Parts: sequence; structure tokens; C-alpha cells
Amino acid sequence: MNETTTKNAFFHGLRQSLVITFLLLLLCGFVFPILLSGISAVLFPSQAGGSLVYADGRAVGAANIGQDFTEPYFMKGRPSAYNYNTYYEDEQGSRYCSDGSEFAGLGSGSNNYAPSNPALTERVEADIQAFLEANPDVKREDIPADLMTASGSGLDPHITPASARIQIPALAAASGLSQEQLEQIVADNTKGKLLGIFGEETVNVLGVNLDIAQAMGLVGDVSR
Amino acid sequence: MLQLVLTLIIYLILVIPVGRYLYHIAAGKHTFADPVFDRADGLIYKLGGVEPRKGMNWKQYVLALLGTNAVMMAIGYIILRLQSIPLLNPNGIQGMEPTLAFNTIISFMTNTNLQHYSGESGLSYLSQMLVIIFMMFVSAASGYAACVAFIRGLAGKTKDNVGNFFADLVRITTRVLLPFSLAGGLLLVWQGVPQNFSQNVVVQTLEGTYQVLAMGPVAALEIIKHLGTNGGGFFGANSATPMENPTILSNLIELYSMMLLPGACVITFGKMVADGRRQHQQSKAAESGVSVQREGITARLLGKEGRSIFLAMGILFVIGLSLCYWAELQGNPALAAIGLDQSAGSMEGKEVRFGIAQSALFTTVTTSFTTGTVNNMHDTLTPLGGMVPMLHMMLNCVFGGKGVGLMNMILYAILAVFICGLMVGRTPEYLGKKIEGREMKLTALAIIIHPLLILAFSALAVSTAAGQAGITNPGFHGLSQVLYEYASSAANNGSGFEGLADNSCFWNITTGIVMFLGRYLPIVIQLAIAGSLMKKNYINESAGTLRTSTVSFAVILVFVVYIFAALTFFPALALGPIAEHLTLWG
Repeated sequence: MNETTTKNAFFHGLRQSLVITFLLLLLCGFVFPILLSGISAVLFPSQAGGSLVYADGRAVGAANIGQDFTEPYFMKGRPSAYNYNTYYEDEQGSRYCSDGSEFAGLGSGSNNYAPSNPALTERVEADIQAFLEANPDVKREDIPADLMTASGSGLDPHITPASARIQIPALAAASGLSQEQLEQIVADNTKGKLLGIFGEETVNVLGVNLDIAQAMGLVGDVSR
Repeated sequence: MLQLVLTLIIYLILVIPVGRYLYHIAAGKHTFADPVFDRADGLIYKLGGVEPRKGMNWKQYVLALLGTNAVMMAIGYIILRLQSIPLLNPNGIQGMEPTLAFNTIISFMTNTNLQHYSGESGLSYLSQMLVIIFMMFVSAASGYAACVAFIRGLAGKTKDNVGNFFADLVRITTRVLLPFSLAGGLLLVWQGVPQNFSQNVVVQTLEGTYQVLAMGPVAALEIIKHLGTNGGGFFGANSATPMENPTILSNLIELYSMMLLPGACVITFGKMVADGRRQHQQSKAAESGVSVQREGITARLLGKEGRSIFLAMGILFVIGLSLCYWAELQGNPALAAIGLDQSAGSMEGKEVRFGIAQSALFTTVTTSFTTGTVNNMHDTLTPLGGMVPMLHMMLNCVFGGKGVGLMNMILYAILAVFICGLMVGRTPEYLGKKIEGREMKLTALAIIIHPLLILAFSALAVSTAAGQAGITNPGFHGLSQVLYEYASSAANNGSGFEGLADNSCFWNITTGIVMFLGRYLPIVIQLAIAGSLMKKNYINESAGTLRTSTVSFAVILVFVVYIFAALTFFPALALGPIAEHLTLWG
């Protein structure tokens, strides 16, 4: 093989690489996401827009994403390393979380504590203390594990049915609603396993609290 | 338990037709969708000056793959550095820092998807599309192309033609990845995965506080992330977040989309090798007048040689899954000690909607099929539960990512016939070809690179201050974090013990190097082995030939894989997860 054919082969290869790269970039990186957005916007407009939930015509959250609740009459979700991206704003416009720390901006994840990490045991112990104070009727050994452990995303919208039931007496006292009313609300927001087999039973905490707020007359019309 | 068994049975039913389709694409056979795709591909070939029928030898194929990947990396790097421009950037994301961009671009081109940034704050929508989504398609297609070339070499229809790289790259993208992604993406949106280009939404909650809700073209990235066994999430917490993975159904869709194509690769291998054999036998049968035997049902569905490989992978997978599921069910004794009931298992770092079973399954699948997506945080797994994903990345042959896992398993198969050959004192042979000195040297080299990268770089990290600075958990778990990071990089997996503070110059550069070498060295060596085997003539099967299409060969293969792993990784595992387990339960 002489020098010119080697050179030609090189440039021919380079041309193929460049053009194919450019075409696939256009097809996969641009046409595909835009096409998918277009079809989704027509077929599933609510989901494509983030499944927002409205109360009195105002967006108050998303159906699939958990929130940080502190009022005694609202049900509590799982601990979150990112405070569910929920924050307060003071007059100066600085943002801080319900535990007083500064809000670092949108994020997701957990503390990533190993099972053997003492910081994990400390955090869980502190949460158990706080929970027992807020729910004086509950015994320590009856607290379900999911309620005291942080989720992987820090945005878990669910707790187990057991974790919901155990909060009902304290919620009834704080909200003025009857225990039966609250049990009904929890049942309305409980979802079973898929086909009775796949996944786990879940209670959507935001859904429960929207119903509690509605029953207490804090909000009127709710749409999800 | 029942849901795990059912999930796997449905997988076995689904993988057969997908494998058949993939085989038709790889072997250039007719499919029902040809009229549409032939035109689209024809246009792309014409613009690019590609002659799809013009074959390449293995060296030309490797050069085309490396050259094209280099061009893609250069373009992606430039986009990441310049992403602050106000084009599809409603959230005002800044340009990426050089070492992080270096790491990110290697990570996505090598199909690793290790992420040292957080998607929420680190990437504009433009980068998510033109770099991340684009690379997810082409890195998967590149790996698959390499695998198909490798199989063509082993199936040995010709002496030096392994196919045309550009044609393989285009065919797999347009005929498999794009149509599957469009259908799967729509299913994900239906389940509640956002797909839009709006700015993040701030809402006022019932309590009067504010909440930021993430938006973006999530579903488009989500589906190809799994389908291409990529694994890099749109958000920091990946498929654990309810935006990426809102329901159990979306979880199953993601699970199957990452399991189907690697399994289908094994079927493609089985069928193409069987074709090559049949051709050889028929030409012989015509000479001698002996009729060709009929095959059983599994042999027809998977191909005889594919069947034993699939079985070996399946055994390794089920053992890993059982250990991980059992370990997570045991809960955390440290939390039991302070009086928190652990009968539901270890729930720290897991989502309620997935629970222990689907979390353990996802963890085992993501590391076996080297995707690297997570639906729970691996750093918080129990020590033995966390050892399973680490081990499967160290083995790197339990189905594996697009194509690559199969290629690694074939190396172990060559090693297995070599060891068996030594025991009975015969020249080893595989797929009708003699395994000789050159192939064994290359095989040994390819197999040794993986542990060398993991262990040498882990040693470097724990012996330098810059490496130690990343460790965030005290005790034995700290070593596990380091081991996991390099195992994940070398296996091109991309999941992490996410506690590791890995966005530093040291971690960005070292893992970048490991990912690069862990991807391209084995591919080059494996294609060299195929190139060397295809030149040889078929030898006749005799009574002394080790049959590689049997159940007993699958069992031998499993043992060879475990023994090799034990010899190389056991000391490191003993100091990490096993020591942590003993201290927790001791």
C-alpha cells in the first residue's frame, strides 16, 4: 500500500466518523427528545408536566413527590437528607429549611450512612425521641422502621400503612377530626400491590394531608 | 419472594423474541420493519459515504470504533464546557469545570455513566440532550457493534470479515434503540415521569413553605439510560427519585429494559454460532451423506452454545440475588440495638414503594447487567447486601452491559476449556477451533486487566491523602467505598457508594483513566482473539472433545468464574464488606 492510498483511507474514515457522529447527534440527542415531548404533551399532558397537584386552583405540590410537614395536624413522612427540597423564605429573601439549616438548592439523595456508621444510629435515636414526644401513646418497639429511616431519594412520597396508622391518635387530637374519619382518609390514599403481587402497599402522605386540610376546611377545591 | 420469581419468569418469556429480533439485525436478515428502516439507513449511509456491504478486518473495525468514539468525545467535551450559553438552559446552569468534564465525557462515552456531578445543578437541558442522551445511544451501540463483530469472528463464516462498524452502529441505533426508546419512553411518561422543557417549578405548600419541583426531558433520558445499560440519572439520586421512577410499574419497565438486550446478545451469539456450525456441517454432510441431527427446543431458541453460557450467567445471577435479598431482609443490628423494629428489613436508603424485594432485585440487576442505575442507595446496603453488587462488577460477566459481558464470559469459557484441557492432557478447543498459545496469552491479559485496574487504583487511593479525602464512612466501610468506586469504573457500571466525595481532581482523573482503560483495552484484545480464531480451520469433534454445550460445562464455567474471583478479590473483600459484617453481627 503506498502513501496516498493510506492517506485517502484515513480521510475517508475520518469523514465517515464525523458525518455519522453529526447525524446520530441530531437524531438521538435532538429529534428523539423533542418527538417524545410532543407525543407526551398530547397523550399525557398532566404527567409530562410533572403531575402537579392543585388546591383552590393553586399548585401545592406534585402527586409523586413527598413534602416536609411540621404542623401537628399533618401526617409526617420519612426523614429526608434534602428536606424534600422544601424551604422557608424570610424578609431578606434568604432560604432555610425547617431544621434551621440553609437551603442548598434543588437536590436529591440520602445521607449515605453505612449500616455501621454511628451517625446513622444517632440520627435515628434523635428522630425516635422526637416522634415519641409528638405521639405519646406510641411505644418505641411499635414504630415501623420505614418511618425512622431516610429514603434513597430524599423525596419518597410514601410511608407504609402501619406507619400511617400509628400516627392517627395524635393527628386526631391535633386536627379535631375523628379517628374514623382519619382512618377513612388513610384508606383512600392507600394503594395496594400491582396485581396483588408486585411492589409494596403504600400510603401517599401528601394525599392524606390534602384530605385532612380539606376536612378541616383549610382548603376548598382539590384536584390531582 | 413470589414477585421475584414471577419477575424473572416474565423476563425469560420476553427475552426470546427480543433475542430473535436482535439476531436478525446482527446477521443482516430480513425483519418486518425493513421497508421503513432500509430507507432511513440508506440516507444516512449516503450522507456519510458509508458502504455498508464493505467488510472490515478486525484491525480496521477497531480503528473505526476508536476513531468515531474519539470524535464523539471531543464534541461532547466542548458542549459540556460551553453549556452556560442561554440555549435550552432555563435554570441558568454554569459551564463544567475541566477535570469534571474530562471525567464525565469518558464516563458517558465508555457506557459507564459514573456521575461526579448532580444532574439537578450540574447540567443544562442542552447538555442532558446533546451530550448525555446522545452518548447513551452511541456508547451502547458501540459496545453492541464490538460484540457483534466478536461473534462474527467466533461464528467464523469468513476468514477476516467481521462486518462494517459504521453500518453496525447505525443499524443498532435506528432499528433497536430508537424505536424501543420511543415506545418505552411513552410508557414511562404515562406512569408519571416528566417530559418537558420548562423551568423548575416552585410551589407554595399547604403549610406556606416553598418546594422546588424538578422538570426537564426526564423520560427521554430515563428510557435509553436503561435500554443502553448506561445508568446515569437525570437527577442525583437516579432511579430512586419519584421523578425518574414513580411507580412499581415504571420500576418493572426500567428493569426489563436493562435486562432484555444483554440477554438477547447471548441468544444472538448462540444462533450465529449455530449458523456457522450448521453451514460447516452441511457442507460436510453433503460430502459424506450423513443427515444433520434435529435439535431440542432450548437449543433452537437459544442456540446450543448460547444455552450453556446463558445458564452459567443465570446461575451466577440467582446466587447473587438470593444473597442480597436475604442480607437486606435481616435488617441492621445497630438499629435493632436502639429498639427500632427491624422485621421489615433494612429500610435506610430504600423507597417504600419498592420495599426490600424490588430493591434487592434492582441492585443485583443493575450491577450484573452493568447498567449502574440505582433505585436505592447502595452505600446504605447491609455489608453482605452491598458485597453482591461489588462482586458482580468484579466478575463483570454476569450478562454484563451491552455485549461486553458476553465477550468477558467467552474469555472465561476459553479459560475453562483450557483448564479442563490441561486436566485431561488434550489441546483445548472451543466452538470447533483450537485454542493455542496466542489466544491463551491474549485471554490471560484481558482477564487480568480488570482486577489490576481495580486493586492497583484502590491501593493508590487509600495510600494517598487526596484519595482518602473522599472517604465519608468510618471503619471498614471506608475501604468498601473505594473498592466499589473503582470496580464500578473498571466494569463500566457507573453506580456508586454515593457517599464517596468523588468530585475532586484526584477522583475525577483516576476514575477517568480506569474507565477508559477498562473499556477499550478489553475490546481491542477480545477482537484480536476473534481475529485470530477466525483464521483457523474447523477441527472435527472427537470422543475426547470437551462438549461446551452441556449443563456440566455451564457448572464448570460458574466454578472457574468464582475461583478466579476468589483468588483475586477475596483479600480485598475480606477487609471491606466481610469485616464490616462481622463487626456488626459479632
